[in-house]
Amino acid sequence: MARVVVDVMLKPEILDPQGQAVANALPRLGVTDVSSVRIGRRIEIEFDGTPDLDRAREIADKLLANPVIEDFTIHVHEDATAEVA
Amino acid sequence: MTMRIGVVTFPGSLDDGDAARAARIAGADVVRLWHGDPDLHGVDAVVLPGGFSYGDALRCGAIARFAPVMETIIDAARGGLPVLGICNGFQILCEAHLLPGALTRNQHLHFRNRDQFLRVESTDTAWTNGFTAGQEILIPVKNGEGCFVAEERTLDQLEAEGRVVARYLRGNPNGSQRDIAAITNEAGNVVGIMPHPEHAVEALTGPSLDGLGFFTSVLRALAGAPAGAQAGGHQ
Repeated sequence: MARVVVDVMLKPEILDPQGQAVANALPRLGVTDVSSVRIGRRIEIEFDGTPDLDRAREIADKLLANPVIEDFTIHVHEDATAEVA
Repeated sequence: MTMRIGVVTFPGSLDDGDAARAARIAGADVVRLWHGDPDLHGVDAVVLPGGFSYGDALRCGAIARFAPVMETIIDAARGGLPVLGICNGFQILCEAHLLPGALTRNQHLHFRNRDQFLRVESTDTAWTNGFTAGQEILIPVKNGEGCFVAEERTLDQLEAEGRVVARYLRGNPNGSQRDIAAITNEAGNVVGIMPHPEHAVEALTGPSLDGLGFFTSVLRALAGAPAGAQAGGHQ
Protein backbone atom coordinates (compact mmCIF):
# COMPACT_ATOMS: atom_id res chain seq x y z
CA MET A 1 0.00 0.00 0.00
CA ALA A 2 1.41 3.32 -1.03
CA ARG A 3 -0.59 6.21 0.29
CA VAL A 4 0.36 9.83 -0.03
CA VAL A 5 -1.42 12.36 2.13
CA VAL A 6 -1.91 15.89 0.91
CA ASP A 7 -2.98 18.51 3.44
CA VAL A 8 -4.41 21.67 1.95
CA MET A 9 -4.86 24.79 4.06
CA LEU A 10 -5.96 28.32 3.22
CA LYS A 11 -2.97 30.64 3.36
CA PRO A 12 -2.69 32.36 6.73
CA GLU A 13 -3.57 35.76 5.29
CA ILE A 14 -6.80 34.48 3.68
CA LEU A 15 -9.85 34.85 5.91
CA ASP A 16 -11.37 31.48 6.82
CA PRO A 17 -15.00 32.27 7.65
CA GLN A 18 -15.78 28.58 8.18
CA GLY A 19 -13.09 28.27 10.83
CA GLN A 20 -14.24 31.51 12.39
CA ALA A 21 -17.81 30.26 12.61
CA VAL A 22 -16.59 27.13 14.38
CA ALA A 23 -14.44 29.18 16.74
CA ASN A 24 -17.45 31.35 17.55
CA ALA A 25 -19.51 28.24 18.38
CA LEU A 26 -16.98 26.79 20.83
CA PRO A 27 -18.05 28.89 23.84
CA ARG A 28 -21.42 27.16 23.59
CA LEU A 29 -19.58 23.93 24.42
CA GLY A 30 -17.96 25.65 27.34
CA VAL A 31 -14.66 26.01 25.51
CA THR A 32 -13.29 29.45 26.17
CA ASP A 33 -9.55 29.05 25.68
CA VAL A 34 -9.47 28.71 21.87
CA SER A 35 -8.44 31.83 20.01
CA SER A 36 -8.56 30.58 16.43
CA VAL A 37 -9.77 27.68 14.29
CA ARG A 38 -8.76 27.14 10.67
CA ILE A 39 -10.25 24.46 8.48
CA GLY A 40 -8.42 22.67 5.70
CA ARG A 41 -8.75 19.54 3.61
CA ARG A 42 -6.92 16.23 3.77
CA ILE A 43 -6.64 14.21 0.58
CA GLU A 44 -5.32 10.64 0.44
CA ILE A 45 -3.89 9.37 -2.84
CA GLU A 46 -3.12 5.69 -3.25
CA PHE A 47 -0.53 4.72 -5.83
CA ASP A 48 -0.35 1.22 -7.27
CA GLY A 49 3.36 0.80 -6.63
CA THR A 50 5.89 2.95 -4.85
CA PRO A 51 4.48 6.36 -3.99
CA ASP A 52 5.73 8.99 -6.36
CA LEU A 53 6.08 12.13 -4.29
CA ASP A 54 7.01 14.31 -7.23
CA ARG A 55 3.89 13.34 -9.11
CA ALA A 56 1.80 13.76 -5.98
CA ARG A 57 3.25 17.24 -5.59
CA GLU A 58 2.37 18.04 -9.19
CA ILE A 59 -1.19 16.75 -8.71
CA ALA A 60 -1.52 18.86 -5.59
CA ASP A 61 -0.13 21.97 -7.21
CA LYS A 62 -2.24 21.69 -10.36
CA LEU A 63 -5.52 20.40 -9.02
CA LEU A 64 -5.84 19.70 -5.31
CA ALA A 65 -4.80 23.13 -4.11
CA ASN A 66 -5.20 26.57 -5.63
CA PRO A 67 -1.79 28.15 -4.96
CA VAL A 68 -3.37 31.61 -5.17
CA ILE A 69 -5.16 31.08 -1.87
CA GLU A 70 -3.94 27.74 -0.47
CA ASP A 71 -0.76 26.06 0.77
CA PHE A 72 -0.26 22.32 0.84
CA THR A 73 2.05 19.77 2.43
CA ILE A 74 2.70 16.21 1.32
CA HIS A 75 3.82 13.13 3.18
CA VAL A 76 3.83 9.38 2.69
CA HIS A 77 1.45 7.57 4.96
CA GLU A 78 3.03 4.40 6.30
CA ASP A 79 0.23 1.86 6.36
CA ALA A 80 -1.53 1.07 9.63
CA THR A 81 1.51 1.43 11.84
CA ALA A 82 3.09 4.79 12.55
CA GLU A 83 0.19 7.12 13.29
CA VAL A 84 1.82 10.41 13.95
CA ALA A 85 0.61 12.78 16.55
CA MET B 1 -23.07 38.22 -40.88
CA THR B 2 -24.61 37.16 -37.61
CA MET B 3 -22.08 36.52 -34.88
CA ARG B 4 -21.94 33.12 -33.26
CA ILE B 5 -21.73 32.99 -29.48
CA GLY B 6 -20.93 29.64 -27.89
CA VAL B 7 -22.38 28.73 -24.50
CA VAL B 8 -20.68 25.86 -22.68
CA THR B 9 -22.61 23.27 -20.70
CA PHE B 10 -20.64 21.49 -17.97
CA PRO B 11 -22.08 18.77 -15.76
CA GLY B 12 -23.83 20.96 -13.18
CA SER B 13 -24.26 24.10 -15.27
CA LEU B 14 -27.53 25.83 -14.36
CA ASP B 15 -27.61 29.07 -16.27
CA ASP B 16 -26.53 27.89 -19.71
CA GLY B 17 -30.13 28.19 -20.97
CA ASP B 18 -30.44 31.75 -19.71
CA ALA B 19 -27.05 32.69 -21.14
CA ALA B 20 -28.03 31.28 -24.50
CA ARG B 21 -31.33 33.16 -24.45
CA ALA B 22 -29.58 36.41 -23.49
CA ALA B 23 -27.15 36.03 -26.40
CA ARG B 24 -30.06 35.30 -28.74
CA ILE B 25 -32.03 38.35 -27.55
CA ALA B 26 -28.94 40.46 -28.14
CA GLY B 27 -28.95 39.28 -31.73
CA ALA B 28 -26.40 36.48 -31.85
CA ASP B 29 -26.61 33.00 -33.25
CA VAL B 30 -26.13 30.67 -30.30
CA VAL B 31 -24.04 27.52 -30.47
CA ARG B 32 -24.33 25.17 -27.52
CA LEU B 33 -20.91 23.75 -26.61
CA TRP B 34 -20.40 20.55 -24.62
CA HIS B 35 -17.70 20.25 -21.96
CA GLY B 36 -16.40 16.97 -23.37
CA ASP B 37 -16.01 18.26 -26.93
CA PRO B 38 -12.82 20.27 -27.51
CA ASP B 39 -14.15 21.70 -30.78
CA LEU B 40 -15.43 25.30 -30.54
CA HIS B 41 -17.36 24.92 -33.82
CA GLY B 42 -16.17 28.24 -35.20
CA VAL B 43 -17.81 30.49 -32.58
CA ASP B 44 -16.81 34.15 -32.37
CA ALA B 45 -17.12 34.37 -28.57
CA VAL B 46 -17.76 32.07 -25.61
CA VAL B 47 -19.83 32.33 -22.44
CA LEU B 48 -19.03 30.14 -19.44
CA PRO B 49 -22.33 30.10 -17.54
CA GLY B 50 -23.20 29.98 -13.86
CA GLY B 51 -23.98 26.85 -11.92
CA PHE B 52 -22.06 24.22 -10.02
CA SER B 53 -19.77 22.54 -12.53
CA TYR B 54 -18.77 19.06 -11.35
CA GLY B 55 -20.77 19.73 -8.20
CA ASP B 56 -18.16 22.25 -7.04
CA ALA B 57 -16.23 19.20 -5.80
CA LEU B 58 -12.78 20.10 -4.49
CA ARG B 59 -13.21 23.84 -5.22
CA CYS B 60 -15.55 25.80 -7.47
CA GLY B 61 -14.29 25.58 -11.04
CA ALA B 62 -11.26 23.44 -10.16
CA ILE B 63 -12.30 20.40 -12.17
CA ALA B 64 -14.10 22.21 -14.99
CA ARG B 65 -10.84 23.94 -15.77
CA PHE B 66 -9.54 20.59 -17.08
CA ALA B 67 -12.57 19.81 -19.26
CA PRO B 68 -11.63 19.14 -22.91
CA VAL B 69 -13.52 22.23 -24.07
CA MET B 70 -11.58 24.39 -21.62
CA GLU B 71 -8.21 23.33 -22.99
CA THR B 72 -9.31 24.78 -26.34
CA ILE B 73 -10.93 27.85 -24.80
CA ILE B 74 -7.81 28.67 -22.77
CA ASP B 75 -5.69 28.70 -25.93
CA ALA B 76 -8.28 30.64 -27.90
CA ALA B 77 -8.72 33.19 -25.09
CA ARG B 78 -4.96 33.79 -25.05
CA GLY B 79 -5.29 34.38 -28.80
CA GLY B 80 -7.98 37.03 -28.31
CA LEU B 81 -11.30 35.13 -28.37
CA PRO B 82 -13.83 37.05 -26.25
CA VAL B 83 -14.77 34.94 -23.22
CA LEU B 84 -17.28 35.93 -20.52
CA GLY B 85 -17.36 33.87 -17.32
CA ILE B 86 -20.43 34.44 -15.18
CA CYS B 87 -20.39 33.29 -11.52
CA ASN B 88 -19.19 29.69 -11.77
CA GLY B 89 -17.70 30.72 -15.12
CA PHE B 90 -15.71 33.46 -13.32
CA GLN B 91 -14.45 30.84 -10.87
CA ILE B 92 -13.40 28.61 -13.79
CA LEU B 93 -11.52 31.49 -15.45
CA CYS B 94 -9.58 32.13 -12.23
CA GLU B 95 -8.80 28.43 -11.82
CA ALA B 96 -7.61 28.39 -15.45
CA HIS B 97 -5.32 31.37 -14.68
CA LEU B 98 -6.92 33.40 -17.45
CA LEU B 99 -7.82 35.86 -14.70
CA PRO B 100 -5.88 36.58 -11.50
CA GLY B 101 -7.08 35.98 -7.95
CA ALA B 102 -9.62 33.52 -6.65
CA LEU B 103 -13.23 33.37 -5.46
CA THR B 104 -13.64 32.19 -1.87
CA ARG B 105 -16.50 31.47 0.49
CA ASN B 106 -18.66 34.52 1.19
CA GLN B 107 -17.31 36.18 4.32
CA HIS B 108 -20.59 35.85 6.20
CA LEU B 109 -20.98 32.22 4.98
CA HIS B 110 -24.50 32.91 3.68
CA PHE B 111 -25.63 32.32 0.14
CA ARG B 112 -26.65 35.73 -1.25
CA ASN B 113 -29.46 36.01 -3.74
CA ARG B 114 -30.70 39.52 -4.54
CA ASP B 115 -30.79 42.27 -7.12
CA GLN B 116 -27.51 44.12 -6.93
CA PHE B 117 -26.41 47.55 -8.07
CA LEU B 118 -23.03 47.69 -9.79
CA ARG B 119 -20.93 50.50 -11.17
CA VAL B 120 -19.33 49.73 -14.52
CA GLU B 121 -15.74 50.89 -14.03
CA SER B 122 -14.19 49.88 -17.33
CA THR B 123 -15.69 50.06 -20.79
CA ASP B 124 -12.42 48.98 -22.40
CA THR B 125 -13.41 45.32 -22.66
CA ALA B 126 -15.07 43.22 -25.31
CA TRP B 127 -18.04 42.73 -22.99
CA THR B 128 -18.60 46.26 -21.62
CA ASN B 129 -17.83 48.66 -24.47
CA GLY B 130 -21.53 49.48 -24.84
CA PHE B 131 -21.77 50.91 -21.32
CA THR B 132 -20.74 54.36 -20.16
CA ALA B 133 -17.87 54.49 -17.70
CA GLY B 134 -19.36 54.98 -14.24
CA GLN B 135 -22.80 53.77 -15.35
CA GLU B 136 -24.89 52.18 -12.59
CA ILE B 137 -26.64 48.96 -13.49
CA LEU B 138 -28.91 46.55 -11.62
CA ILE B 139 -28.54 42.79 -12.14
CA PRO B 140 -29.09 39.76 -9.89
CA VAL B 141 -26.35 38.27 -7.74
CA LYS B 142 -26.59 34.72 -6.37
CA ASN B 143 -23.55 33.00 -4.95
CA GLY B 144 -22.07 31.25 -1.95
CA GLU B 145 -18.44 31.60 -2.99
CA GLY B 146 -18.23 34.98 -4.62
CA CYS B 147 -15.70 36.72 -2.41
CA PHE B 148 -12.93 37.89 -4.73
CA VAL B 149 -9.46 37.77 -3.17
CA ALA B 150 -6.00 38.44 -4.56
CA GLU B 151 -2.66 39.67 -3.28
CA GLU B 152 -2.49 43.40 -2.57
CA ARG B 153 0.03 43.71 -5.37
CA THR B 154 -2.38 42.08 -7.83
CA LEU B 155 -5.26 44.27 -6.66
CA ASP B 156 -3.13 47.40 -7.09
CA GLN B 157 -2.16 46.24 -10.57
CA LEU B 158 -5.79 45.59 -11.53
CA GLU B 159 -6.74 49.09 -10.36
CA ALA B 160 -3.76 50.75 -12.05
CA GLU B 161 -4.43 49.04 -15.37
CA GLY B 162 -8.15 49.76 -15.33
CA ARG B 163 -8.97 46.07 -15.14
CA VAL B 164 -11.62 46.31 -12.44
CA VAL B 165 -14.64 46.06 -14.73
CA ALA B 166 -17.45 46.46 -12.17
CA ARG B 167 -17.80 47.13 -8.45
CA TYR B 168 -20.62 46.41 -6.02
CA LEU B 169 -22.63 49.48 -5.05
CA ARG B 170 -24.85 49.98 -2.00
CA GLY B 171 -23.62 46.91 -0.18
CA ASN B 172 -21.06 44.23 -0.89
CA PRO B 173 -22.87 40.87 -1.00
CA ASN B 174 -19.90 38.61 -0.28
CA GLY B 175 -16.99 40.56 1.16
CA SER B 176 -15.06 40.84 -2.10
CA GLN B 177 -11.87 42.84 -1.74
CA ARG B 178 -12.29 46.44 -2.87
CA ASP B 179 -15.93 45.65 -3.74
CA ILE B 180 -14.80 43.96 -6.94
CA ALA B 181 -17.63 42.30 -8.90
CA ALA B 182 -15.91 41.84 -12.27
CA ILE B 183 -12.40 41.95 -13.70
CA THR B 184 -10.72 41.54 -17.07
CA ASN B 185 -7.42 40.23 -18.40
CA GLU B 186 -4.74 42.50 -19.85
CA ALA B 187 -6.14 42.33 -23.38
CA GLY B 188 -9.73 43.04 -22.33
CA ASN B 189 -11.18 40.03 -24.14
CA VAL B 190 -11.67 37.83 -21.06
CA VAL B 191 -14.10 39.09 -18.39
CA GLY B 192 -15.21 37.37 -15.20
CA ILE B 193 -18.28 38.68 -13.39
CA MET B 194 -19.90 37.28 -10.25
CA PRO B 195 -23.44 38.70 -10.67
CA HIS B 196 -25.65 37.50 -13.51
CA PRO B 197 -26.24 39.79 -16.50
CA GLU B 198 -28.04 36.96 -18.32
CA HIS B 199 -30.86 37.15 -15.76
CA ALA B 200 -31.55 40.81 -16.56
CA VAL B 201 -32.45 40.82 -20.22
CA GLU B 202 -36.26 40.64 -20.13
CA ALA B 203 -38.76 42.80 -18.23
CA LEU B 204 -40.83 39.77 -17.19
CA THR B 205 -38.08 37.95 -15.32
CA GLY B 206 -35.35 40.46 -14.54
CA PRO B 207 -35.01 43.58 -12.40
CA SER B 208 -33.87 45.55 -15.47
CA LEU B 209 -32.59 45.05 -18.99
CA ASP B 210 -29.09 46.15 -17.97
CA GLY B 211 -27.57 42.72 -18.48
CA LEU B 212 -28.18 42.87 -22.19
CA GLY B 213 -25.36 45.41 -22.53
CA PHE B 214 -22.75 42.70 -21.97
CA PHE B 215 -24.02 40.66 -24.89
CA THR B 216 -24.59 43.58 -27.26
CA SER B 217 -21.11 44.87 -26.37
CA VAL B 218 -19.41 41.72 -27.57
CA LEU B 219 -21.37 41.78 -30.80
CA ARG B 220 -20.22 45.36 -31.29
CA ALA B 221 -16.63 44.42 -30.48
CA LEU B 222 -16.77 41.57 -32.98
CA ALA B 223 -18.36 43.70 -35.67
CA GLY B 224 -16.14 46.70 -35.40
CA ALA B 225 -12.98 47.99 -33.89
CA PRO B 226 -11.10 45.89 -31.35
CA ALA B 227 -12.39 46.10 -27.81
CA GLY B 228 -11.42 49.33 -26.15
CA ALA B 229 -10.45 51.21 -29.29
CA GLN B 230 -13.88 52.75 -29.71
CA ALA B 231 -15.19 52.52 -26.18
CA GLY B 232 -13.99 55.76 -24.61
CA GLY B 233 -17.12 56.08 -22.50
CA HIS B 234 -19.66 56.99 -25.16
CA GLN B 235 -22.82 55.04 -25.74
